[in-house]
Amino acid sequence: MTIINKSAKEINKLFINKEISAKEIIDSFYKQIELIEPKIQALTSLTKELAYRQAEELDKRISKGEKLGPIAGVPIVIKDVICVKGFSATCGSKILENFIAPYEATATGKLWDAGAICLAKSNMDEFAMGSSTENSAFKKTKNPWNLNTVPGGSSGGSAASVASMETPISLGTDTGGSVRQPASFCGVVGLKPTYGRVSRFGLIAFASSLDQIGPFARNVYDAALTLQVISGYDPKDTTSLNVEVPDYISRLNVNTVKGKKIGLIKELMGEGIDAEVKKAIEVSVRLFKDLGAEVVEVSLPNIKYSLPVYYIIATAEASSNLARYDGVKYGLRADGAKEVLPMYTKTRQSGFGPEVKRRIMLGTYALSSGYYDAYYKKAQQVRKLVTQDFLNTFEKVDLLLTPTCPTTAFELGAKVDDPLSMYLSDIATIPASLAGLPSVSVPCGFDSKNMPIGLQLTAPSLSEELLLDAAYAFESVCNLSEKLKDKHAVGVV
Amino acid sequence: MTAIKSKTEYETVIGLEVHAQLKTKTKIFCSCPVDFGAEPNTNVCPVCLGMPGVLPVLNRQVVAYAIKTGLALNCTVTKHCKFDRKQYFYPDLPKNYQISQYDQPICENGYLEVSGKRIEIQRIHMEEDAGKLVHAGSDRLHGSDYSLVDYNRTGTPLIEIVSMPDIRSAEEAKEYAQLLRSILRYLDVCDGNLEEGSMRCDVNVSIRPIGSTTFGTRCEIKNVNSFKSLIRATESEVERQKEIIESGGRIIQETRLFEENSGKTVSMRSKEEAHDYRYFPEPDLVPLEISAQWINEIKETIPELPNQKKLRYPKDYGLNSEEAKVLIEDRNLAEFYEAVIRLGANAKKAANWLIGPVTAYMKEHKTDILNCCMTPKQLADLLGFIEKGAINDNIAKTEILEELLGQGTDSEEIIKQKGLAQITDTSALKEAVKEVLESNPTQLKDLKEGKEKIRGFFVGQVMKKTGGKASPQIVNALIDELIK
Ligand SMILES: [Zn+2]
Repeated sequence: MTIINKSAKEINKLFINKEISAKEIIDSFYKQIELIEPKIQALTSLTKELAYRQAEELDKRISKGEKLGPIAGVPIVIKDVICVKGFSATCGSKILENFIAPYEATATGKLWDAGAICLAKSNMDEFAMGSSTENSAFKKTKNPWNLNTVPGGSSGGSAASVASMETPISLGTDTGGSVRQPASFCGVVGLKPTYGRVSRFGLIAFASSLDQIGPFARNVYDAALTLQVISGYDPKDTTSLNVEVPDYISRLNVNTVKGKKIGLIKELMGEGIDAEVKKAIEVSVRLFKDLGAEVVEVSLPNIKYSLPVYYIIATAEASSNLARYDGVKYGLRADGAKEVLPMYTKTRQSGFGPEVKRRIMLGTYALSSGYYDAYYKKAQQVRKLVTQDFLNTFEKVDLLLTPTCPTTAFELGAKVDDPLSMYLSDIATIPASLAGLPSVSVPCGFDSKNMPIGLQLTAPSLSEELLLDAAYAFESVCNLSEKLKDKHAVGVV
Repeated sequence: MTAIKSKTEYETVIGLEVHAQLKTKTKIFCSCPVDFGAEPNTNVCPVCLGMPGVLPVLNRQVVAYAIKTGLALNCTVTKHCKFDRKQYFYPDLPKNYQISQYDQPICENGYLEVSGKRIEIQRIHMEEDAGKLVHAGSDRLHGSDYSLVDYNRTGTPLIEIVSMPDIRSAEEAKEYAQLLRSILRYLDVCDGNLEEGSMRCDVNVSIRPIGSTTFGTRCEIKNVNSFKSLIRATESEVERQKEIIESGGRIIQETRLFEENSGKTVSMRSKEEAHDYRYFPEPDLVPLEISAQWINEIKETIPELPNQKKLRYPKDYGLNSEEAKVLIEDRNLAEFYEAVIRLGANAKKAANWLIGPVTAYMKEHKTDILNCCMTPKQLADLLGFIEKGAINDNIAKTEILEELLGQGTDSEEIIKQKGLAQITDTSALKEAVKEVLESNPTQLKDLKEGKEKIRGFFVGQVMKKTGGKASPQIVNALIDELIK
């Protein structure tokens, strides 16, 4: 029986029905990893010790006749920016290369409690800063659809591992599109929840007011299932929202889009959007109409400021969040410094890569005395305007639709020396991040080079169920799933 | 021709920034215990160590204590406030930023009346304390062979109480700081121990010609570890500034360190070297909403404060201000005193006893009223026995008090056990008085001639004969009767 191409839902069913043991499940995935990883380079470390321990425990419980939940027995890969107790959390950075997390993130803790199995930690742009995973200090992850192209970023490893069937599901983090953009590039589903829906405790911060953990999966159901498990208020994160989590999975139904009003954002369908991407979105609009939705064009006038606003707020917060990596307490300490200041500078010089340094400098500048009002404060004001644009628009429509990215996956190295063009890759994903809204990328087609295209749906705050319903309905009529399944396998083996 | 230099008179201008460590059980953003004297780096967790991925969770008790202090200092408590990050690199600061409050402090616009003068309080804000560095081979980070860091103190809650530059002398600064400490202790929010650093004063000092309405350039003095140092540091800084100005120089705005040994302040860093703290709102904490109900609940818990007692004691109990001050200094002593009075004791007598022998006992045994065994009822009873004439004052002091304070035995019991009851039986005493008068004819002659000074000698002799138990009033009456 081939396990690796099965969905999380199917794997769970096989496990619950005792058709396969948890150990057999992870044996299969580690075999696939052994086979595929040299080409894809999606993972930073395997957590075999934990995986086999968890599998043994699960097999014991199932043999005792214990009733286990819908994610039990399902393997998962965790982005290396999330702490799994006792395992490394490198953040794709030399500065944390030897850092072993001394505690468990809330989101992963919930997964293990629910019976998910931790397979590996995944590669990423250093400190989640980037859109191609090329900023990792360790390796360059390849896009399973074309090994010469990038998987997107910063959660490139998590996306590529799901696309190449190293795992059925994974966790990434999304600050300005770092789940949705690589999902789009790799032809998988990637969801960024409402800011505060999932606890950030144990997520190593890039930009605190934007970071959210989100799932990757090869179908909407599996993404909903993963979100279901990791969501909820956490007293350890006071920015997490103390509201009940609805049942995302049992309500999934193809008929739920009927009568819904979907807004197509004018500003994100114009210049800069690749013609083939635009075409795929137009086809998708027709599919939504076929499902009984009404699709109207809407305008969010302030959305055009999103990119500069994001690069001020995110870098400002990052410059502060990354100050703790100084060689004093943990992680890298550069040799040869005789005084504390040289220890700081040498450690940070050798520990951080160029993109991280660039952002620390940008953020430090934006917060400096005399510049704060002109940059950080102004950016926060404009952020409110962008959020207000969304609120106004959601008075008229239920959901918003845009392409996830202006293009499909670009070639490795193509944008490394051009940070601005790299930043533009997130132009469609950043607005929802600024507004803290839930947003999902779903595969919606292929370009002429057979590279996947993603469609982005955005919903009002805490309306993940609306988002998932629409994505599920769309997925069911898009008829990509077989092609995706084949491609996933064909592309890499 | 010699130029006549007119000597300018200067006025001292002082503002105090007082950091008070709050007496909460746990730290401000994690659940580690606040416990001094523990082994280094034992009261720590990923949160207060600033590990990657951790988040702060605000301890509500800290907010309650800050509000309580603000209310006691007549401040307005803000309904909405937030935390900010104050950023600078230093090895005792694990995150390399301190979570503090910048432009929205929890309390603002208060005042404290010090000897009838109002000192305005600009603001009170909450923040986390840093760790402690131990240097080898130097007393500073710079130049040391190596330095060790203890993060036990990291995350201890602090409030910073900032006064306006309303203070005009070192003595006034001391009075303000002492009253502030006393209030913090009354509120039971801070130990107020300057030597151990649970209360720290930074002193902003400038001078200006008397009559001037603009402020001079100020210097901030750190490392002031006692009230004595507060006076010494301020006075020496004022002298230094005067000398500079009088020799035609200019004061440079800077942070200076007070050196205990030399009694002088030395430059620590200039304004140019000052940090750009790059404050910005702490994104890991949601803004704080404080309800009017919560403020009211806290208001209910504020006891009568020392400054209020100081006004009331002379009025209600007929004490002079010095007596009032001694009793009020320690809230427990003041409350003990008030309890004794409520039990019917004479206010003045109770005060004398507490200020005199009881305080002497506590000093000798290095203890305080809470750790003495005597209850207010027991002191009230003792005073009652004296009043009734059951025992005399002296016996009470010498024979009863020690046991009462040390073991908490009722005075009645001690009187019985030791047979200390005053002899009030006139016929029994008459014999003794007679004997004493007769066996000292010379002194008796003096007494009869009206030399009243000698009377004490006879009373003393009778006391000696009766083991101190004679009632002095009766002895005096008998002497009068017998020499007639
Ligand atoms: Zn702690």
